[in-house]
Amino acid sequence: MRNEIKVIWEKCTGCGRCIPKCPLSAIVLENKKAKILPNCSFCGICVKACPFEAIELKRQEKIVDLSEYRGVWVLAEQRGGKIVPVTLELLSVGRDLADKLGVKLSLLLLGDEKKNVEQLRRYPLDRIYLVQDSLLNYYRTNLYTQAIVDLVKKEKPEIILVGATSIGRDLAPRVATRLQTGLTADCTSLQIDKENRNLIQIRPAFGGNIMATIVSPYHRPQIATVRPKIMKKASPKNERKAEVILIKPKLSLEKAAVNILDLIKEESEVKDLQEAEIIVSGGRGLGKAENFSLIRKLADLLGGAVGASRAVVDAGWIPSYHQVGQTGKTVQPKLYIACGISGAIQHQVGMRTSETIVAINKDPEAPIFNIATYGIVEDLHKFIPLLIDKLEKAQRSLT
Amino acid sequence: MDIIVCIKQVPDTEEIQKVKINPQTNTIVRESIKSIINPFDENAIEEALRIKEKNSAFVTVISMGPPQAEEALRKALAMGADKAIILSDPSFAGSDTLATSYTLASAIKKIGNFDLILLGKQAIDGDTAQVGPGVAEWLQIPQITYVRKIQIDGRMVRAERSLEDSFELVEANLPALVTVTKEINEPRYPSLRGLLKAKATKIIHWTSQDLQVDLKKVGLDGSATQVIRIFTPEPPSHGEILTGSVSQKADKLIKKLKKKNLI
Ligand SMILES: Cc1cc2nc3c(=O)[nH]c(=O)nc-3n(C[C@H](O)[C@H](O)[C@H](O)COP(=O)(O)OP(=O)(O)OC[C@H]3O[C@@H](n4cnc5c(N)ncnc54)[C@H](O)[C@@H]3O)c2cc1C
Ligand SMILES: Nc1ncnc2c1ncn2[C@@H]1O[C@H](COP(=O)(O)O)[C@@H](O)[C@H]1O
Repeated sequence: MRNEIKVIWEKCTGCGRCIPKCPLSAIVLENKKAKILPNCSFCGICVKACPFEAIELKRQEKIVDLSEYRGVWVLAEQRGGKIVPVTLELLSVGRDLADKLGVKLSLLLLGDEKKNVEQLRRYPLDRIYLVQDSLLNYYRTNLYTQAIVDLVKKEKPEIILVGATSIGRDLAPRVATRLQTGLTADCTSLQIDKENRNLIQIRPAFGGNIMATIVSPYHRPQIATVRPKIMKKASPKNERKAEVILIKPKLSLEKAAVNILDLIKEESEVKDLQEAEIIVSGGRGLGKAENFSLIRKLADLLGGAVGASRAVVDAGWIPSYHQVGQTGKTVQPKLYIACGISGAIQHQVGMRTSETIVAINKDPEAPIFNIATYGIVEDLHKFIPLLIDKLEKAQRSLT
Repeated sequence: MDIIVCIKQVPDTEEIQKVKINPQTNTIVRESIKSIINPFDENAIEEALRIKEKNSAFVTVISMGPPQAEEALRKALAMGADKAIILSDPSFAGSDTLATSYTLASAIKKIGNFDLILLGKQAIDGDTAQVGPGVAEWLQIPQITYVRKIQIDGRMVRAERSLEDSFELVEANLPALVTVTKEINEPRYPSLRGLLKAKATKIIHWTSQDLQVDLKKVGLDGSATQVIRIFTPEPPSHGEILTGSVSQKADKLIKKLKKKNLI
């Protein structure tokens, strides 16, 4: 059905109230009745403006030719010329989706550094689009958006997967809005509805208290950002060497709009919390700033990163980029050790999906014990030094 | 200069645990849940006010939502914002981030004058962080996301943008859109004078007609994504409290972690 709009003659009184409301000046009075001109965009504003319900609008069913869109794409993310681990995770889930759909899996690699291409060709994918321009070596919102949108319009993939990182979550909404298509943030599970080729996207909302299943049935491509460290990494398998397609985009630096003046590494001891496999976190139970050395020592021993509750960040014991929780970072390590942290809901939402949670707290009623895999009701000043001591001994006996 | 801040009313954090699903309708039961301004949006308001104090600026706050979102706008006025607009219309219901950003951008275009648009980095109910870049795209202006420091320098905004393990120093010409993290500032409490002023200020109400939006692009109709199911995740397992002397507990823990290959 096409869009249809008509004036019901019996009801129209010729009051003309709809005329000034029409944004396109597409209504005139003719023989004391409203008449709608062909430049009408079927926005429906006049329908609401009419006090006599004299305008009737029937909208076209959403029919988009979805069949033009085929194939699964993964966007490779690079930081400092290195491929970020989430890219390999996207490749494994992308392979799975592409096989279910019976289509090719392509990797989108932006920049002119060719050294990553050979490495990536070993993974089980069919095609690498190498969008070659030195302006793309460093992430810039506008240039990336333009390069990707241009290629999507030409090649028409049905699914695009992007890592839910600070780059991916800056880029994907810009791309999706320009393409006027659906985007689902921070997915933790992806499946295919074989009947209609829809991507079934599952993601947490309300800080993980609720899960939502989201689809985008009338739009293509379907774009999803995927939370890092959830999907397993693809392993390099040589069988199908990916074909490499060179793309030369037309970009200019002026279009970047945002100028990057500098990139400053945070303190080198700070491991990327979101990438860490083990996190040892300290809270107010530490008593004072100096005692964070205990947390650092345990983290170093286990090869992990240091996290913190907001209470100790606010107290100035540790810089804010260590903060885990609702207003800090969301982490999902294999092992999370919470030391002297009560486990307020705002802290929990940032770490509750960790694989194994150890809580050390002297208060048996602390809410952190509700989600801890292993709870230790002890004074941390006694327990942690002892634990460190035992771990060191165990390590020494191994070497 | 003219600053526009987009704020969203969300369920209070303390109450998020109480968020329940109605199994019949598959919708979220929101009654009896207290609402607050999205925490990051309070940082956005605060930053606008600080810029206003330094450079002199006119601060407009806008929010799309049901009529009770006026509460959030009233608080923003009490903090010191100059003008508040609520975008409320039955046709806006069910908007995803594409439709929301279109509606907000339409309101911003109607306001007309803007140099800086501030948003929170993400809303704590949906956690998407998509509305900011979406609005910037609809308006065709530069965006800087995850910002922890802003400096206005003539017609230029300079910012520190947080990445995973580093930060970028960037600059863009105004008008630009910036989304802020909580590190950027500590939001103020409304003063008594502010509260009185806010009470006396009229909140402007714009509907889809006022915005002259394309009704195909707002609300459910304008949404490219559809939520087909919501459900409660598996409750976290209660786990095990380790017993014994301090030393025994430490030994038990090491054994368990070794068994799981974690250490
Ligand atoms: C909008 C909003 C957003 C927030 N966002 C975050 C966030 O992102 N991250 C976050 O962490 N918090 C956040 N909070 C704050 C949160 O509500 C808590 O206040 C905070 O997490 C508490 O930190 P804590 O557990 O270190 O301190 P406390 O709650 O004071 O807990 C200290 C714990 O240490 C234990 N303890 C004390 N001494 C010892 C000892 N010697 N040995 C062992 N245990 C001991 C105590 O029993 C207690 O359980 C937010 C709050 C709000 C309102
Ligand atoms: N309905 C809304 N009205 C006004 N601002 C909003 C609305 N939804 C989102 N925002 C803004 O967009 C930011 C990101 O939201 P989200 O993309 O939903 O995580 C929020 O911090 C707000 O500043």
